[in-house]
Amino acid sequence: MLDNLLFVVFPYVAVAVAVGGTIYRFLTNQFSFTSLSSQFLESDIQFWGSTLWHYGIIPTLVIHMMGFVFPKVMEALHGTPETLYLAELAGKILGIMALVGAALLFYRRVSQSKIRVVTTPADWVVMVLLINQVVLGLWIAFGYRWGATWFVHTVTPWVVSLATFQPAPQFVSALPLVPKLHFLNATLLILVFPFTRLVHMITLPVEYLWRSFQRVIWTRRKVV
Amino acid sequence: MKIRSQVSMVFHLDKCIGCHTCSIACKNIWTDRQGAEYMWWNNVETKPGVGFPTLWEDQEKYKGGWELTGKPKNPDLKLKLQNRLQTFGNLFSNPAMPTMDDYYEPWTYNYGDLFNSPLGDDQPTARPISRVDGKPIEIEAGPNWDDDLGGSNVYAANDPLLENMSEEDKRRLFSIEQIFYFYMPRICNHCLNAGCVAACPSGAIYKRAEDGIVLINQDKCRGWRMCVSACPYKKTYYNWATGKSEKCILCYPRIESGQAPACFHSCVGRIRYLGVLLYDADQILDAVKVPDEQLVQRQREMILDPHDPKVVAAAKESGIPDGVITAAQRSPVYRYVKEWEMALPLHPEYRTLPMLFYVPPLLPVLSVAQEGGAQRVENDLFSSLENARVPVRYMSRMLSAGNDELVVKAYQKMIAVRLYKRAQEVGDVTAAEAAAALVKAGISAEEAEAIYRLTSLPSYQERFVIPPARREGDIEEIYDPQQRKAEAGFGRSQSPHRGL
Repeated sequence: MLDNLLFVVFPYVAVAVAVGGTIYRFLTNQFSFTSLSSQFLESDIQFWGSTLWHYGIIPTLVIHMMGFVFPKVMEALHGTPETLYLAELAGKILGIMALVGAALLFYRRVSQSKIRVVTTPADWVVMVLLINQVVLGLWIAFGYRWGATWFVHTVTPWVVSLATFQPAPQFVSALPLVPKLHFLNATLLILVFPFTRLVHMITLPVEYLWRSFQRVIWTRRKVV
Repeated sequence: MKIRSQVSMVFHLDKCIGCHTCSIACKNIWTDRQGAEYMWWNNVETKPGVGFPTLWEDQEKYKGGWELTGKPKNPDLKLKLQNRLQTFGNLFSNPAMPTMDDYYEPWTYNYGDLFNSPLGDDQPTARPISRVDGKPIEIEAGPNWDDDLGGSNVYAANDPLLENMSEEDKRRLFSIEQIFYFYMPRICNHCLNAGCVAACPSGAIYKRAEDGIVLINQDKCRGWRMCVSACPYKKTYYNWATGKSEKCILCYPRIESGQAPACFHSCVGRIRYLGVLLYDADQILDAVKVPDEQLVQRQREMILDPHDPKVVAAAKESGIPDGVITAAQRSPVYRYVKEWEMALPLHPEYRTLPMLFYVPPLLPVLSVAQEGGAQRVENDLFSSLENARVPVRYMSRMLSAGNDELVVKAYQKMIAVRLYKRAQEVGDVTAAEAAAALVKAGISAEEAEAIYRLTSLPSYQERFVIPPARREGDIEEIYDPQQRKAEAGFGRSQSPHRGL
């Protein structure tokens, strides 16, 4: 019963709120979509904190997604002890980078009075959840070895079962507490997504790779 | 030929008295808000000096504008800041972004202490407090911190423009009797090849095709802050409270309702001119790929003669309304920039094709006070130009990418007009001398008269020839223009607050 609530109902609610909420916010309040950068007020700690955080967490997130979308590829990558060892090492390094970055950003937010001025309660919620997530992830990496291999046999089928509307919580319900907390915290992050600064993730300006440098906009097309 | 119209500007530095009225007019209308206190869309700086933000002309520090790479014969144009891929690497922390310390920390005073302090032996004081975090601060900088200190070797010696000047020129600049300074008001240049537009990852910054005003779409801005670095003039500002970038909007709501922008309107010295220039947009890329010394000439070539029937026909073909073409024909900017070639763009070597032009200040001293009244320094005023207080080299470093000739030509015309009018009105210059000056400057007596009129006696309508905004027609189709006029402004239906 509890498993169904935590690993079936909760994820569905979270994703529904995230998708619906983000779309609603984008349509009604696009002005609020911004990175909310505070580099202007403090740039020294920001450089190390933000760079380490993003360079650590983005690859980690992409690798997790790969595990859901291309489990066969990941399985092959982890197929020999050597590659498995390297993959886990890379994951740990990325995770530590993200943790150090997040810790610096946390310290910056606490210690710099100017940064506190531009900090909202939602920012604290996001920061605590993100640090939680990284700590739990590293705990799994160091405490429950070879997660890279059992990932594709537990989390992947669970996520796929949810995505295909054939929920199967039994794939994760037998796991130890720490991985379970990691999943729940991730679901929480999805839930708060539309209400926080996390929305800047979906504004990654991919179009900049090919758009022309100059932009000239006519209010009205030429009237002949 | 793809003709577009650009609302362009001329600032006549010879008339600027450095009163900052323009800055205050702008501040009162647009930037008197939290997060925008430090922004001065219009600022006035004293040159030589470091300007605002500090050392903005040092592009090795801020990486603004464009640079040419590759072979000199077939150069590539590249943003000095970064290429497209590097943009993504730098999204999280922009390495060339100025911080608040490079501008100044806005402050107010604790006025309440003046009234609420307990009775005592000492006068109560109102301590300065930060307008960011409300804590007491030591005021260390301001938007016009070196105002009137341009000549001093403390502030002026740090001017980035002095780096390539000879020791002789520097000695002349800082010798006590020779000290000079002048004021330089700056707003957004509404460039044709804008660095801010090109650097914006979100594509939020754009140029309005109708009048060439460069704007930031506040809904599309995601606060990546690349425009702040890429603008070599540091005229886009990051609003730390809303997390969006903002810049001079050339008071487009005023322009759309036929009024001059607030800084133009309020200018006490009447140094500002506003008018339409027609230009060939197809030439933009070629015009910025020429060597430094040809940049100004090439920019002038792009600007087309609105009286030429061929240009008029092509402009109509490109969708420019008749009213705008008529405005272009009456444009005071066209006369200063193209006809008389007296107005020059600020730092053309940044290759953004700025559309704000400056008439250099006529600093050469023509006479000195002596017993028995003013005494002309030298008979041949043109030789005094070479011995002028402000080295031509300094002006050309600022206004013509190092091409001395263009600055000298502008000065020759200004001096010729003065001699011509002096001969007419005062009579201490002979008619022959005035005529010789006109010949040397290459202008006729009629032209001198026209330059004199537009410089000294222009009416409001002559200074500001505002094109009828195409938008007026659009608006009338939708709703009452009077209602629109009342609502025109920077406001939004949602207040622009940070985050959700």
